[in-house]
Amino acid sequence: MSQRITIDPITRLEGHGRIEIFLDHAGEVSSAYFQIPELRGFESFCVGRHAEEMPNITNRICGVCPEAHHMAAIKAVEQAFGVTCLPAAERIRELIYMAFFVADHTTHFYCLGGPDFIVGPDAPASERNLLGVIRKVGLDIGNRVIDTRKRNHELIKQLGGRGVHLCGAVAGGWAVPITPEQRDEFRRWADENREFAAFSLDIFEKTVLGNPQFLELVMGELYRHETHSMGTVDETMALNFYQGKIRVVDTVGNQALLYDPKDYLDHVAERVEPWSYLKFPYLKKFGWQGFVDGQQSGIYHATPLARLNAADRIATPLAQAEFERFYDRFGARGKGDGGRNLPVHQRLATHWARLIEMLYASERMIELLEHPEICDPVVRQVVHPRAGVGVGSVEAPRGTLTHHYETDGRGVLTRVNMIVGTTNNNAPISLSIMKAARGLIHGGKVSDGILNQVEMAFRLYDPCCSCSTHALGKAPLELNLRRLGSGELLDRVVRG
Amino acid sequence: MHGAKPKLAMYWAASCGGCEVSLANIHEAILEVDAHFDFMFCPCLLDTKRKDIEALPDGVIYLTLFNGALRTEENLEMARLLRSKSQLFVAFGSCAASGGIPALANQHGIEHVLETTYRTAPSVENPEGLIPGTAHDAQGHELELPAFLPRVLAVPQAVPVDYAMPGCPPEPGQIIAVLRHIASGAPLPAAGSLIGCSARAVCDECAREKRGQLAKALLRPHDALPEAGWCLVEQGFTCLGASTRAGCAALCPAVAMPCSGCYGPLDRDADSGAAALSAVAAAVDPGPGSGQDEAELHARLRQALSGVADPLGTFYRYTLSETVVAERPTEVEP
Repeated sequence: MSQRITIDPITRLEGHGRIEIFLDHAGEVSSAYFQIPELRGFESFCVGRHAEEMPNITNRICGVCPEAHHMAAIKAVEQAFGVTCLPAAERIRELIYMAFFVADHTTHFYCLGGPDFIVGPDAPASERNLLGVIRKVGLDIGNRVIDTRKRNHELIKQLGGRGVHLCGAVAGGWAVPITPEQRDEFRRWADENREFAAFSLDIFEKTVLGNPQFLELVMGELYRHETHSMGTVDETMALNFYQGKIRVVDTVGNQALLYDPKDYLDHVAERVEPWSYLKFPYLKKFGWQGFVDGQQSGIYHATPLARLNAADRIATPLAQAEFERFYDRFGARGKGDGGRNLPVHQRLATHWARLIEMLYASERMIELLEHPEICDPVVRQVVHPRAGVGVGSVEAPRGTLTHHYETDGRGVLTRVNMIVGTTNNNAPISLSIMKAARGLIHGGKVSDGILNQVEMAFRLYDPCCSCSTHALGKAPLELNLRRLGSGELLDRVVRG
Repeated sequence: MHGAKPKLAMYWAASCGGCEVSLANIHEAILEVDAHFDFMFCPCLLDTKRKDIEALPDGVIYLTLFNGALRTEENLEMARLLRSKSQLFVAFGSCAASGGIPALANQHGIEHVLETTYRTAPSVENPEGLIPGTAHDAQGHELELPAFLPRVLAVPQAVPVDYAMPGCPPEPGQIIAVLRHIASGAPLPAAGSLIGCSARAVCDECAREKRGQLAKALLRPHDALPEAGWCLVEQGFTCLGASTRAGCAALCPAVAMPCSGCYGPLDRDADSGAAALSAVAAAVDPGPGSGQDEAELHARLRQALSGVADPLGTFYRYTLSETVVAERPTEVEP
């Protein structure tokens, strides 16, 4: 007798998500499947489009992270057209991108991932959202969260034209420059972001690391497994979200790969499984070894935690200090070969890493706004389309994002390929769920607490397009435990 | 007491989540929505409790904002289910109202989508040519995926809707205005109306100056530097403001980028792309039409219009589920 547990839907990615967990005769977990039952097919229907419209078409891949697609797209277009972005426009793009990171990481921490810790993993589902956080910690924190989202969305709207699905990217430049008045206001907002990021790290310190139950969840075995880590770094091997080289650090902290994004096909391949519409990327260097972790497996993750693991440092002072404190806490700082940090494999630490990234993004905003030529009005140039190939890459909040275009002489697309942030994590999400389920489900019994903790293994990746969940609440779950064959319902848990 | 308030639901089909984010971007007004409605925050809530929803009496949900186009059988089933359970059922956002970006897939068809995604994408390593199937046997357990509809449909093409609310996404100010109106108990507009938008064109909300000049040729955004404050169409940029319904406050032209038509056609009875195309073409100077060599005339017009190398993606970007342009039998697929 074997059994099956269905969690449907979890939350969404490019559509809905579903988890299937199979139990063996003894009621122990034998395998888990993370299924994506939806596909829209941008790689197909973008063929024939004006390449320069891709920032405006592909931002509709995801309404949570349109900024990531917008930036990756315009970079791919520019490479295909053989044009370099004007420096003033480049600064505006990165400034918008940092504001986006602050807003996005804020919504995840306070509305999706954070309530597990702030309100508590056993709290009723109806409390596990921003309103629950407000009730627990006070209205002031809720106002700060709303204000943080608001001011950063306002910056994006002023410079990008729209609050969702911005439209400012133009080949070789940006739609509009920053006025001195805007700069002064944005500069104040950047300070507020920095304070808010520090405040959030303080909350994490007190409510998570200061709570023995939560500390054990973060530091313990349940959510720990070893895969390679991918992230973007600058020439000094410092963390970067907007541009640089792709670096992969292996499970013991050594550099496995360092490559220009345009060479991604040499290093990453995608596997098709018949049971999910979402593909499974893996590193060619190690090959596909199945759904297993470890040094020999081709599976990697690309998350805030992976980005910290892949970098040697952070280029801004406050975030660098937090970066050091993070690795110290895990006893990993400088303990690898050549004095590198050992990678942190405790996946729930991704929430902590996300806050360190928020601090970096805030500090980087300040740097950009203090650039003497941030208000340089020369942000557009005339560009001539051509036949070419371009690969654009940024770090989306949920992982390395790659757009790859081929154009004809009119600048019309003839081929399109993309590897989207969360797609990188398709296999590791399955591994995390399997590990948590194996550690928690015994003798075929599940409980509300078990369900929640299995769900936490998924939620830490902040899968893209978990949108209304992401913004407003969380996805309630139904978990069915069935006997195979007869379909008899053995156990059932519904939350929400 | 939550139960006393009218139930508000929001569901997503083939969409990006931008509609939900736009709702979240009403910021502190979200507390006002919470006060007026029993808000089923997450679309997954409805999906999770699908059996419970099926068991409920019809019309138990007061207002459903249904966003996303219909790409899979599951999308279609949920649209039908929520229609029957809702008193007011709104096709919310461009994808639901007219197919939106996902409906661009109707140009090449679903076979091309599957072939491109799983077989010919340059990063795919798929020697067996597998295409994920609707039912798969894994270790003796069946894993299921929903089947695709042959073509992407807008919601009104499949189920009756009370209203459609355009925009990609609908702007936060429009969302809160609609919710306030409905919460107030004020009379509702006639069934079938467009809500959350204007009866006029984007040009009416645009601050850029019209000088009554005709453009020399159609331009793409990188072809020239736009002059500040001057109508983009008159400068030649392919801005669809004249044929697109307003309600967005002309956001894109405000940052010197052309309107791409996301609020849908101003004239609901016309073919959307044809209307947009003729509005743009009418803004281009045809030049002297007589006393010229036919071939030269033709070449000049061709040159003037060459700024649109992708008419389908330019003029039907958000409306391809509705038009017959994309309707062709699969045997003529290239």
